[in-house]
Amino acid sequence: MIEVENLTIRFGAGKKPVVSNFNLAIEPGMAFGLVGESGCGKSTVLRAISGLNPNYEGQIKLDGKILDHRRERSFFRQVQMVFQDPYGSLHPRKTIRSQLKEPLRNQGISAKSTSLDDALQAVGLDPVLSYRFPHQLSGGQRQRVAIARALVLNPAILLLDEPTSALDVSVQAEILNLLQDLRTERGLTYLLVSHDLAVVSHMCSRIAIMEAGEVVEETDIENLRKGTITHPYSQRLLGASRRYGKSA
Amino acid sequence: MTDSLIDIRNLEIAFGGGAVKAVRGVSFTLGQEKLGIVGESGSGKSTVGRAIMKLLPPTAKVTAERMMFKDVDLLSASEQKMMTVRGRQIGLILQDPKYSLNPVMRIGEQIAETYRLHAPKASAKQAAEQTLSMLTAVQIRDPERVARLYPHEISGGMGQRVMIAMMLIAEPDVLIADEPTSALDVTVRLEVLGLLEELVERRNLGLIFISHDLNLVRHFCDRVLIMYAGRIVETLEARNLVNAKHPYTQGLLASLPSIEEPPARLPVLKRERSWLDDTATETRA
Repeated sequence: MIEVENLTIRFGAGKKPVVSNFNLAIEPGMAFGLVGESGCGKSTVLRAISGLNPNYEGQIKLDGKILDHRRERSFFRQVQMVFQDPYGSLHPRKTIRSQLKEPLRNQGISAKSTSLDDALQAVGLDPVLSYRFPHQLSGGQRQRVAIARALVLNPAILLLDEPTSALDVSVQAEILNLLQDLRTERGLTYLLVSHDLAVVSHMCSRIAIMEAGEVVEETDIENLRKGTITHPYSQRLLGASRRYGKSA
Repeated sequence: MTDSLIDIRNLEIAFGGGAVKAVRGVSFTLGQEKLGIVGESGSGKSTVGRAIMKLLPPTAKVTAERMMFKDVDLLSASEQKMMTVRGRQIGLILQDPKYSLNPVMRIGEQIAETYRLHAPKASAKQAAEQTLSMLTAVQIRDPERVARLYPHEISGGMGQRVMIAMMLIAEPDVLIADEPTSALDVTVRLEVLGLLEELVERRNLGLIFISHDLNLVRHFCDRVLIMYAGRIVETLEARNLVNAKHPYTQGLLASLPSIEEPPARLPVLKRERSWLDDTATETRA
């Protein structure tokens, strides 16, 4: 569904690339996890795929077609993104309703109020909340709104950039459950970026581990669960997560 | 526990002229141990830490039956008295080194400043020497070079180590660490925790470790207080956390995703009104 070939990203001509020779193939309906520590380039990859950063070398394909670096408008009907921080990704002075309308307006679709209510109900929010402002909602509710906004256009693919790392564990559980339900109901494809191996293990079927702009290992999730990942960096990452992980 | 360093009984903290009770009836003692305080955002855990340092804004109303640090009565201590307690006897490490360090001052100067504040007779040369040895103690490899850098030139893990160095140079008896590793990557977190553990043991400190991360606290601390809506709902030995009795603690533990055997669905916490206890109704009176 999404293919990335030889993606190289540098900030400034002649500078050292922050992502180099990145390759990725995601099949429809798959949940793919991209893992690594701060600064390894995982979010940079996601921003390039989403079209937020048009300055990249290499190719990004959607359904076999090479995408223009400046994305066409129809691209966003297929691919939507959910950001890490629900406090930063919603406009503070617009009501929830008008923020949900925005993707529709950008696509030239007139917004039916029932479709907005449906979008909110799909993420487990009461439609009456749509007249509120973001500051009148809790962190978990805000992240639900951000997911609802991404779903308004009925995309096939969701790019998730650390969707739960700003939330408490109890709220994280609710959002992870919601994301899983939505995927089964709508047959969505996920590309999830996270530094939390437990979250990725819970959500994804295949993962790539990145270090310093390169993928060091790509493997099925079973290998992470069983601890049979091979690259020394992956093992170090798993060891550090496990030491404070669930198994005592 | 022979002598308690901190002894708090029935601490209540209210904001907005008593309308909002952020902390309700919290009692605990701290000896030379690693005490974890765990809770969700807004449970009042950081407010407790700040109350001990008397760093809450003047709008906060703090009452307690007893609030002692060694032989200092924190309730009645003057601002002047607190100046000798803060930093010198109780150190506070904050979450994000990016915001807690002075951005326009070199690392070395910042640490030396703390030292000279608490040892006013020390010469500049002594302060510089102390700074370098402290940076070495927190395992910074090239202390001379790092001391000349500005906060934006160092990594998050290094910044957190600088914060720890800054707090320990005054040789406090108690260290309050407010989410000291939440902004750090897992591999760096491991290093910083190892360092804290070693320093706590070597210097016989009492450590209050405030965190939202149950797993981390379970492995790192000796004793854990679980806070919910301003109250302590449960106190446990850290190693017995799996046997927690209170439904809130059990719910929190269950909602953690696992690397090895992820369940099909994560159990979601169901909050009960009764956890708020009768004090909740008092708030409205």
